[in-house]
Amino acid sequence: MGRTLIQKLWDSHTVADLGDNASLLYVDRVFLHERTGSVSLKGLEAAGRKVRNPEQVFCTMDHIVDTLPGRGDDTIMPSGKAFITTTRDAAKAAGITLFDIGDNRQGIVHVVSAEQGITLPGFTQVCPDSHTCTLGALGALAWGIGSTEGEHALATKTLAVNKPKSMRVNFDGKLAFGVTAKDMILNLIGAYTASGGVGHAIEFTGSAIHTLPQENRFTVCNMAVEFAAFTGVIPPDDTTFEYVHGRPYAPTGEVWDKALSYWRTLTADDDAVYNKDITIDCADIVPTVTWGTSPGHTTRIDGVVPQPSEAPDANARTSWERALEYMDVKPGQPLEGLPIDAAFIGSCTNSRLSDLRDVAHVVKGHHVANGVKAIIVPGSSQVKLAAEAEGLDKVFTAAGFEWRESGCSMCFYAGGESFGERERVISSTNRNFENRQGPKTRTHLASPTSVAASAIAGKIADVRKLG
Amino acid sequence: MSLTMQKFTTLTSVAAPLMRVNIDTDAIIPSREMKGVTKEGLSVGMFANWRYSDVDAREENPEFVLNRAPFRDAEILLSGENFGCGSSREHAVWALKEWGIRCVIAPSFGTIFYGNCVRNGILPVMLPEAVVKAFADIAERGEADDQLTINLPEQKVIGFDGDAHPFEIAPADKEMLVEGLDPIGLTLKQDDEILAFQKQDQTERPWVYL
Ligand code: SF4
Repeated sequence: MGRTLIQKLWDSHTVADLGDNASLLYVDRVFLHERTGSVSLKGLEAAGRKVRNPEQVFCTMDHIVDTLPGRGDDTIMPSGKAFITTTRDAAKAAGITLFDIGDNRQGIVHVVSAEQGITLPGFTQVCPDSHTCTLGALGALAWGIGSTEGEHALATKTLAVNKPKSMRVNFDGKLAFGVTAKDMILNLIGAYTASGGVGHAIEFTGSAIHTLPQENRFTVCNMAVEFAAFTGVIPPDDTTFEYVHGRPYAPTGEVWDKALSYWRTLTADDDAVYNKDITIDCADIVPTVTWGTSPGHTTRIDGVVPQPSEAPDANARTSWERALEYMDVKPGQPLEGLPIDAAFIGSCTNSRLSDLRDVAHVVKGHHVANGVKAIIVPGSSQVKLAAEAEGLDKVFTAAGFEWRESGCSMCFYAGGESFGERERVISSTNRNFENRQGPKTRTHLASPTSVAASAIAGKIADVRKLG
Repeated sequence: MSLTMQKFTTLTSVAAPLMRVNIDTDAIIPSREMKGVTKEGLSVGMFANWRYSDVDAREENPEFVLNRAPFRDAEILLSGENFGCGSSREHAVWALKEWGIRCVIAPSFGTIFYGNCVRNGILPVMLPEAVVKAFADIAERGEADDQLTINLPEQKVIGFDGDAHPFEIAPADKEMLVEGLDPIGLTLKQDDEILAFQKQDQTERPWVYL
């Protein structure tokens, strides 16, 4: 029987079979950030252990660092500074590469790792952060771990992992006007629920994936974890190789040629069999927005909030009822036209240069509606520089958006900056959980262009109508 | 610290029913409760948004299950499906552990959370939803004598009525919990194999090695 891509990645990193479906996997890259990486490094230090191969370990400041202009080590989040200084000291002591505040390679960990060529096709990579699966879009096996597992990977260069089941998600057909990678993944999670991928590693395939530009592929894989999957992977192809070529940590010359011929073998065999197969026809997808507090609570932009009585089971019904209350929406209510207090464009889901170009296209010549707080946070310092070189920042600020330094910013609330109580936010991020973006803040997830159109309209809007 | 993990063999305790589904790690430990750079001092922020009617004043919500007798001392938590989904923060497990939870019984768990439990000496037990619900219905009465017994070596939960409910757990996870092993020490026993793999890999995939 043929092998899936995940199986090939698994086999090529297996150091030892631990029995009963578990393997000791070799870990090519570890990436850390100041929020959880600091804990891994301190834990390791406390146990008297050392980082093996520190040259293959990287760290950035993204979660706690402020994104306001002129930022330093001081943070709005109380005690945030301790995370920053502890991380800096621990990274230095461990001899790992740190993209510190002020370094133009700094940015959101999953954006930076791809951008710098630190993650390459066929790699295994871990980070104590759940959205590490983003990097699966390069054909790497990348997954989020806990801080204690982080210590394990740092100290041993390996992790003991239970092999997940396999799932193939086939996105067939073509995306219609105004429909993005974000809408694709929201549709999958909406159709199969936020626990639909549990216990599985996913291979995303199909013509709509194959024709997707590399930057948008990250958006798809980013939310594999919101589908409860172990991770998601996209088979690398010429689009991937072109993206990787010339990146700072990518190989060059003869080694590049050798790597490339290896990477071309990273596809599933024709006769590979998956535990689960899902096909989605992209022709059916329209701009999508969440109405509730799970990424699975989705609806078409021209749809309505569902009736709890339509929930697939009793559990879902209870969670829908809770979500209706938290979000202050009513069954049968249209999403389009719902007034918003704020709009947020950023996060490892949607903050790359192509996202920002798309947003600029939507907002150019328009202005954010009165009373709406609208913020754009580039995914990395490199993205920020590139956007500014194209003059995108001018377009954004002229349209009334705030333009920030790179970081996670208000993708999540950690006691620092946040949206207000009961404020309604439309957001290009990946999580609409209760209190995620602020105390009692109500988050609607959508594509960056849908967020942009909504900011202009002052209410949840259908980006297709802006032309 | 993982080096001093408590061994897990059997456990008898009242069980606190927290029967919502999809309880994510943000709910278990909200972001703003993760103030330190260590694994300690987190239990005070555990379930903060539910446990306190006024989070800042730390004013307890008497309705919340862990604020009620006899559940305040429960070492077992009962919950709905997909417990521990969401953010990978291990703080959720450290908070539960520091509070005194040693076992969570649910129909399913977030994958990362499940692994974090095992590595920190907390036993995640998966049982069918109907069984967990039946446990919760009885536990809800709040009788201190209603206790569940977990027998990890034999992989079973003895219910309130004395019935045994078998559960599955990967042998490696079980070994780690039963023996209270430190995972790093366990792996480094195989260090020769790791180093041999790396040596071979350096010739096959030189671009990995910076
Ligand atoms: S941008 Fe948001 S989801 Fe992404 S790593 Fe940062 S906090 Fe996590």
